[in-house]
Parts: sequence; C-alpha cells; structure tokens
Amino acid sequence: MRVTRALRKLRGSIHPQYFKGLTSDCPITEMPIPQKLYLSMSQHLGAPAKPIVAKGDVVTRGQCIAEATGYISVPIHAPVCGKIVDIDSAATPAGTMAPRVVLETDPDNTESTTMSPLSDWQDRPQEELITRISEAGVAGMGGAGFPTHVKLSPPSDKPIDTIIINGAECEPYLTADHRLMIEHSKGIADGIRMMCYILNVKSVFVAIEENKPEAIQAMQDALANAEKIDATVCILPTEYPQGAEKQQIAVTTGREVPSGGLPMDVGCVVENVGTVLAIAEAIEKGIPLTQRVTTVTGHIVKSPQNVLAPLGTTYADLVSFCGGLTAEAAKVISGGPMMGMAQPNLDVATTKTTSGLVLLEQSRVHIYRALPCIGCGRCLEACPMNLVPAAISYAVEGGDYDRAESLNILDCIECGCCAFVCPSSRPLVQHFKLAKPKIILKSRQAADAKGAK
Amino acid sequence: MTEAANPIYTVSSAPHAHSGDTVRRIMLDVIIALIPAMIAATYFFGWHAIRLMLVCVIGCVVTEAACRKMMGRNLAIDDLSAVVTGILLAFNLPPSLPTWQALFGCIVAIAIAKQVFGGIGYNPFNPALIARVALLVSFPAAMTRWHSPLNTARWTSLGWIDGATTATPLDMVKTAITSGDPIPFSWDGSMAMRFFVGNMDGCIGEVSALALLLGAAYLLWRRCISWHIPGSYLATVVLFAGILRVLNPDANMPVSFHLLAGGLMLGALYMATDMTTSPLSKKGQLFYGVGCGLLTMVIRRWGAYPEGVSFAILLMNAVTPLINQFTQPGIYGHKK
Repeated sequence: MRVTRALRKLRGSIHPQYFKGLTSDCPITEMPIPQKLYLSMSQHLGAPAKPIVAKGDVVTRGQCIAEATGYISVPIHAPVCGKIVDIDSAATPAGTMAPRVVLETDPDNTESTTMSPLSDWQDRPQEELITRISEAGVAGMGGAGFPTHVKLSPPSDKPIDTIIINGAECEPYLTADHRLMIEHSKGIADGIRMMCYILNVKSVFVAIEENKPEAIQAMQDALANAEKIDATVCILPTEYPQGAEKQQIAVTTGREVPSGGLPMDVGCVVENVGTVLAIAEAIEKGIPLTQRVTTVTGHIVKSPQNVLAPLGTTYADLVSFCGGLTAEAAKVISGGPMMGMAQPNLDVATTKTTSGLVLLEQSRVHIYRALPCIGCGRCLEACPMNLVPAAISYAVEGGDYDRAESLNILDCIECGCCAFVCPSSRPLVQHFKLAKPKIILKSRQAADAKGAK
Repeated sequence: MTEAANPIYTVSSAPHAHSGDTVRRIMLDVIIALIPAMIAATYFFGWHAIRLMLVCVIGCVVTEAACRKMMGRNLAIDDLSAVVTGILLAFNLPPSLPTWQALFGCIVAIAIAKQVFGGIGYNPFNPALIARVALLVSFPAAMTRWHSPLNTARWTSLGWIDGATTATPLDMVKTAITSGDPIPFSWDGSMAMRFFVGNMDGCIGEVSALALLLGAAYLLWRRCISWHIPGSYLATVVLFAGILRVLNPDANMPVSFHLLAGGLMLGALYMATDMTTSPLSKKGQLFYGVGCGLLTMVIRRWGAYPEGVSFAILLMNAVTPLINQFTQPGIYGHKK
C-alpha cells in the first residue's frame, strides 16, 4: 500500500463553496421504512428494466421485481417486503418518463430472499462473479448509473491494467461517499480485491480529495494488509471537477482518454466507492442493490444527514426524516449543485444514482440572466477539457451547430465550470447540453444515410 | 403522491451554483483601480482634469443611455462599462482640450465604436482609443497642445488654456532626433523619478506611472487582469528600446525613458487589457502583447506620430479574432 499525490494539476478547475461541513461529521443513519416506495424502472444508464410482477403481488425483500432488458441494463429488486399496489409511469429525477412500480411496504415482515453468498469468490470463475454483479442490479452509484457488469467485461482488445476507485466526491455539499469510506472501508477494500480478481489487475488507485483526511486514513488502514494487489491511495487537491472520470484518470495515472473514447481505451476502469461496496455485498453476502446512502442537505434542512434509505424513497420522506425545513425551499437538486438535476417537487423518488438531495433557499439560487460575453477568458481557464466555451456558446446561440462541432463541443463533459465562473452569467454548459444531442443525432443520421447507399 | 399543494420549485439546467462574479463588479474594480490615477491627474492638472473626467463620464453614460433607448433596448448603463470608457477617454486627453471636443469624443466612443456593434462585448476596437484617434485626426492642434503639470494657475483659472504651451517629452525627442538637434533635456535618475511620479507633460491620466501601477496591482490581485498582456507588452518595449539604444545610443533614448514617457503604462495596463478586444487565451494574450510592443516602438521610432500606443493597440485589436483562431488550447484527449 502506497500513498501518493496527484501526478498533475487539472487543466482547468474551480473552487466553489463546499458546505460539506453540514453533514461530513454525521454518521450514516438508516431511516425507517417509508409507507410506500416508488421504484423507477430506469435507475441506470441503458434500457429500463421490465417489471415481472403484477399489481396485487406480494413480494419479499430482495426479490427481483423487474428484469434487465438487454446487455446494457440491470434488474431491480424489492428493497423490503410488501405488496405491489400500482405499476404506472412517472418522471425520473433526470426528468424523463419511465415505468414505475409502487410498493406498499410491510415493515414488520423481515423475510428476505437472498442469493447464495459467494464467500469463496477467489476460487470461482470470473464470469460467475460478473453474472452475480449483474443479477444483483449493480450500476454506477456516482451519478451516471452505468451497469457495472459491462464495465467489468472489457472487450479482449482493450486490456485493463489499472483500476481507479473514485472517492473524490468533488461536488459541493455531498458527503455520502466520504461517510461510506469512513464507515465501510473494509467492505470497500473487499470490493476492490474482487474487482482486481475479476479484471486480473494488480494496480489500484483510490482517489480521494484532501479535504477528507479521515476517509484517506480509513482507506489506508483498510488496504494496509491487502495481499496480491498493488494499492495506492492517491490524495487529490480539493478542486472541482476532480471526480470527473477523464480528469481523475489524468491526475492519477497521467493518461488521457482519447476524444470520444472510454477509460478502457487507456487501460483503466473507474468505479465509484459506493458501487465497489455494492459489488462486495452482492458477492460476499448475496445482497442485491436495494438501498443507498443519500446526503440530504442544505442550510434550510433542520438536521442535514447522510441517510441510508431504500431505493424508491420519495424526496418528501427523506426531507421529513431530516426534520423538515426551516425556511421555504426555492430549488431542490437531485445530486450536487454542479451537475445535479433540479426537481419540480418532492414527489420524485431516489434511484441507484441519487447521491444527494440539496435544498436551496431563494437567496442561494442563482438566476442566469445572460449578458453578452465580454471576452474575459475565465471560461477557458476553468474548462478542464481546455475547450473555448465562450466561442462554442456563441456558435450554439447562433444555431451554427457545425461550427460548435468543429470547436469540439462533443468533448464537453458538462461539468459546469464555465457557467460557474462566467461574469456575464451566460448559460454556457446549458447551451452545450442543448446542442450536443442534436449534433450526435445529426452525425448518426449522416452515418446511417451513408450506410444505406 | 397525494399531497395536492406541493410547491413547484425553480427548475433549471445545471450548474445550480455560481461564483457570484458579475460584469458590473469587474467594471467597479477597474474604476477602483483608476482612482490613484484620477487623484494624480487632479493633483497635476487641477480643474481641467476634473472637468475632463466629469465631462467624459457623463458624456459616455448619457450617450450610452440615448443609444440604447433609440434602439429600443434596455439601458444597460448599470453595468458601469460606460463609466470606465469615460474615465479612460478623459485619461487620453490633453488638459486643455475644449469641453465640446471631449463630448464629441464621448459620442464617437460610445455611439460609433461600441453601440453600433451591439454594445458591451461586441465592440471589436477599444472605444476610448477609437475616440482618442478620432479626436487626434479631427482636432490635431487641440489634441497636441500641452500645458505643464503643476502649473500655478491650475486651480485658479481656466484661462491657461490659451497660456504658454509646451511639448511632451516624446515630442521633443522626436523633433530633436529628426532635425539632428541635441535632446533638449538631460535624462538622468532624478528626471526619471520625476516622470515616474507623473510630473511631465502629457495626457491627464497617462503621466503618473506610479499611480497607474498601484491600480494595476489591485487589478492583478482581484484577478481582473493577468500579467500576460502588460508583461509581454512592456517586455517587448524594453527589449526593442534596449536593442536600439545599444546599436545607436546617439539617436535613441534609454529604455527607462520609453517606459515612463507617453502613454505606455496607461496603454499596457488598462487599454490593451480590455477584455473584449484582447485575445481569450493566455497564449494569445502573449502574442498580442508582443505585437502591441513592437508596433508601439516602430511608430515611436519611425512613424509620423511621436506616440504609438493608441495605434498599436487598435491595430492589435483588429487581429485579435485571428489570434483567437490560431491559439486554440490543446484539448484534452486530442493528439497534438
């Protein structure tokens, strides 16, 4: 086990106010089972899961209630015992409509269906462990929700030599990963060893920002006696977006993911600490992913906390568990304030990717009233991808998507640094989010047309 | 969910946080940075400095409001950019310039050089410098009539407008060198110190390098400007003037003279660093600064005018889009 520092600085970064002190010392608290759980079938990236239960069915904790519909998809399990009272469609925190299963819980029933524990995992074939991870519904818990079994099955022409465990948690306010590393460092270390076994990799970096000394210590201790792997705790400077995948690979290994490529193109797999813990639980204990830690925070939350809640818990239930609000909320963000999604109300429920719930009062809500670009160049310095946000934004505003594309808009990781620093409050990353899907669609259509000829 | 009275919260695309920086705050910082130079101008040129600064600020703000109103747009004067332009324009004027001519400069700066292009952020050239050059071409006599600083009448009378006039140091040097006469003053340490403090003939805001540097330090600290443009600009002038001096000491003034005389400090620290008209990237800013320095020295040494700062910066403004085009940063994940 070694401890290192970041190999290089981020190309661009910002230093927002973090406000992590609101919850960083709050131990993970398990909340009582809510009356109803609202389980979205689209909790991960890829095809939504397909319900295999019907209205009126009685299910037990851990029972699979929806199956994966393809390779890039994962199943969903009942977090607790109860009865299916409805199957309908509702908005996910990301704002898209998806099928939803409503579960009326039966908190007194502690029965559970688990898969067989694979405690002798080191003697089992890798494929079996990957299948288990897939069956347990594990998807990236850092925010994107990419199905984990896919990440752990790289094609044979992309050899993996390095695993990076993302414990940067660079988003302001959020402390869920921080607490996980302090309180579940052993489980995370187990998950790391399993990932190493599955990918046949020795070299592992655990990347943590230096504002989490307790987590750094805990992970060092947990990995101190790890055999057969070459683990390194990499201490990163506290700056946003240190936890972005491409940036993290660059600062820990010095490698750059090629434009349009994936971490596996440079021999890396990056996984969030929460996901690693879910891998360990799925393999060692046979427990599917049915709950997660969500940081419920904000200056107007009476007692901000890191809440362990079953998936499908509504934001309203989370807030009332945290004692309610001391003032009226003006903005509710699912995730962190830099990349999270604003919610219209508290009816939305948690998913596998809900790392935080941030409630802002009116005075903390920035209204983007855009002025013309004054050419200050701050967005260039803030951009971790070294783009020229000012120029791309003007191209998008003028409807010139070809120019936006030639200015490499598709390399944008949507971290929001440019919009954060802009003194003219220009909606820079907002412009890019608008244009990127259109540009991608257009190039796909062009490719299809070419293929048809 | 059954709660009917659930509030609807503000929904917008991420990010939901902002640094809090505003254009207004940047402009306010520039105004704060210009305070030492405003005090120096007032100290050296008395009522005329106050007159010109007031006229130019009011003239620019009123012109801006009038233009915006005529175009049916929001007034936008609360961004304070017209105030900055007004102060900088006044700084570029000789103390005796008539008020009506100064007002003409305000209209050129705001109406022609700024609002015609769409207002703040859209002007290709520095508005205050466009106005200065327009005045120089339109009223060459008034724009080159100089009155010594610390003139005894500076607080008592507006009459010294017609009193004894002098020439700027750059003027004297240029005249002497072209006619082959000796330089009419001796350049030594005490003279350099006099120039550094600001006791020399010139436009009201350009004379005191000391005051301008104080303000620039504030802007650097506030991160409103970076060292790249002033640094490369001044370094190029130092290098160019140094080489000329070494090659031919009789026909060229020392480096320190070129740094302190004329509008170089005002230009390098406040005019060339205008965000809108200078390149976006640091690399581009270095090229731009070097270009400004080269052009300034070429005009000073071989041009028709004794001073080349205004023209140099305007010419470099013109190539800024080109510089932006060729200094795109190397993007993450793209092979060089």
